[in-house]
Amino acid sequence: MNKEIIKIENLKRQFTMGSETVHALKGVSFDIQEGEFVTIMGSSGSGKSTMLNILGCLDQPSGGAYEIDGVKVKDLSRNELATIRNEKIGFIFQSYNLLPRTSAIENAELPLLYNSKVSTEERRERAINALKLVGLGERLNHTPAQLSGGQQQRVAIARALVNNPVLILADEATGNLDTRTSYEIMALFQELNSKGITIAFVTHEPDIAIFSNRTIVLKDGHIIKDQTHEKVQSAAAYLEKLPKEEH
Amino acid sequence: MRILNLLKIAFKAIVLNKMRTLLTMLGIIIGVASVIAMLAIGEGSKESIRTTISAMGSNMVTIRPGADDKGPARGSGGDVQTLTLSDYNHIKEEATLLSYITPVVNGGGQVINGSNNWPSTIYGVNPDYLNIKVVGLQSGSMFTEAEVTSSAKVVLIGQTVVDNVFPSIDDPVGQMIRFNNIPFKVIGVLEEKGENTFGQDQDDVVIAPYTTVQKRILAIDYLNQIMASATSEDDAPEAVLQVTKILRTRHQLMATEEDDFTVRSMEELISTFSSTSEMLTVLLVAVASISLLIGGIGIMNIMYVSVKERTKEIGLRMAVGGKGSDILMQFLIEAILISITGGLLGVILGLGATIFIEKFLNWPTSVALYSIIISFAVCAITGIFFGWYPARKASALDPITALRYE
Repeated sequence: MNKEIIKIENLKRQFTMGSETVHALKGVSFDIQEGEFVTIMGSSGSGKSTMLNILGCLDQPSGGAYEIDGVKVKDLSRNELATIRNEKIGFIFQSYNLLPRTSAIENAELPLLYNSKVSTEERRERAINALKLVGLGERLNHTPAQLSGGQQQRVAIARALVNNPVLILADEATGNLDTRTSYEIMALFQELNSKGITIAFVTHEPDIAIFSNRTIVLKDGHIIKDQTHEKVQSAAAYLEKLPKEEH
Repeated sequence: MRILNLLKIAFKAIVLNKMRTLLTMLGIIIGVASVIAMLAIGEGSKESIRTTISAMGSNMVTIRPGADDKGPARGSGGDVQTLTLSDYNHIKEEATLLSYITPVVNGGGQVINGSNNWPSTIYGVNPDYLNIKVVGLQSGSMFTEAEVTSSAKVVLIGQTVVDNVFPSIDDPVGQMIRFNNIPFKVIGVLEEKGENTFGQDQDDVVIAPYTTVQKRILAIDYLNQIMASATSEDDAPEAVLQVTKILRTRHQLMATEEDDFTVRSMEELISTFSSTSEMLTVLLVAVASISLLIGGIGIMNIMYVSVKERTKEIGLRMAVGGKGSDILMQFLIEAILISITGGLLGVILGLGATIFIEKFLNWPTSVALYSIIISFAVCAITGIFFGWYPARKASALDPITALRYE
């Protein structure tokens, strides 16, 4: 059961800005096991975004090793990286990044469009299933403009789930949402995690981190804390405690 | 299946921006429509020239005095006196590929009948003339060889002359007219032929025996022209060579000397006029092509805007697994779809314009299939050519930057 989804060893990333070299990551090592819900925290400039880009195979490390689901990412070409993103990673962004004027189904099935092994019928079916899983079974043909922020983020989550990724990578996924909706989304993440889906959640909000079972804190390109939570808080319970809202 | 998906995406992008796409297409639409209409006009006038010339007698071979292409100060054919009756006799005897032949002398003058008068041209010919020009008679009859020999004062007149000189008489056969004060008896009226392509009234003629015109009107002993008819249209070019050879021998020209006469078949005349209209067609098409080019630049412009506008979308598509080539194809297909749809609308508009020109302006038109195929192909190429650079730019975007683009 204890399969390593992510293996990172002495990971380094530096950028050259004009004549200056910026070291964004200065040798970071950690693993993520299958079924973990990890939050990666850090203030701006901590190397958090760089970490996220490398985890998401959008960027390549300058040094060290990165392995996702047994595949060594270093030295892969642009196209090979695209295939890995397509098959192994589900992205969720702060600003949802849905295609405007496009239905929930079409948004959710987007990753499968780039996978020629999936037929049109299967694509549609998987998109509908993913939308049902996030609780949008009734809003399949709504466009983003017809959906609330929380619902849009649910469509984005469905899109991230549709290719059955080994890792869901969320970037400040609750950053644009109010407290109640944030809890709702975190409850959904916890629910998905309980089904065995591995999640890496990048955030700078400590009160979101309490819903995960492990928190990695970055500062100045180093890990300063890697802590497993003994008692994970339930987002659903927090939601219960919020004062009732009139709808 | 992959291409189908890309087509769907491109189609959607176009439908979502209907107005913008239509305006972008406008350049292409106008370009294609004008290419088709211009070519239709060009082809139409070419065809009408061909028909007119054929109606004048497609076997016709004309021999004129004077070289065709000598220096700048050239007199008109009539001033050169190198063509004689004995030339005519020799050609008539020696040329085997000619079925009819007539000498031609012509001069202008006033046709008078009582108080009516009309300026016209008199042509002195022999009875073969009607067969060469393929013209029949409305009434009366042609003069005979005997009348030619005797320089008889008889004429046949065209309908325009009849209308102006005999306004109140139905059939002027048997009436007398005077041409340059010499009395002639009208023995026939030529069939009406109307104007030819060059706007010349073919019914404004007076026909008389060439001997009569030579002696009694012009007082000359040379010929203005010899007209003949080749045994068939296919023989015409060969007949031209034959006549040239006979005349060169007759005129005792050295091998280095140029011809002092010009022999032409109708085929040459057709190609002369066709080349004029071809030149015009080339110019028209050049103008139309410029508008196609501008249309293409319009596409490039809008594709640039589209790529810029959808930078975030491109970033997302890359993040979820879209390869550079997928993005390239997406935008390229969008550009091609715009240009081809524009091309299709252009073809429809062009055909509509052609029908309009034919119906309401009465210009002869003829839509050539090749013009439709060419303009369509040019559209597709325009789309690829002008869509390539923006699409390339989109595909080269860095997904991280594109995702963060606001």
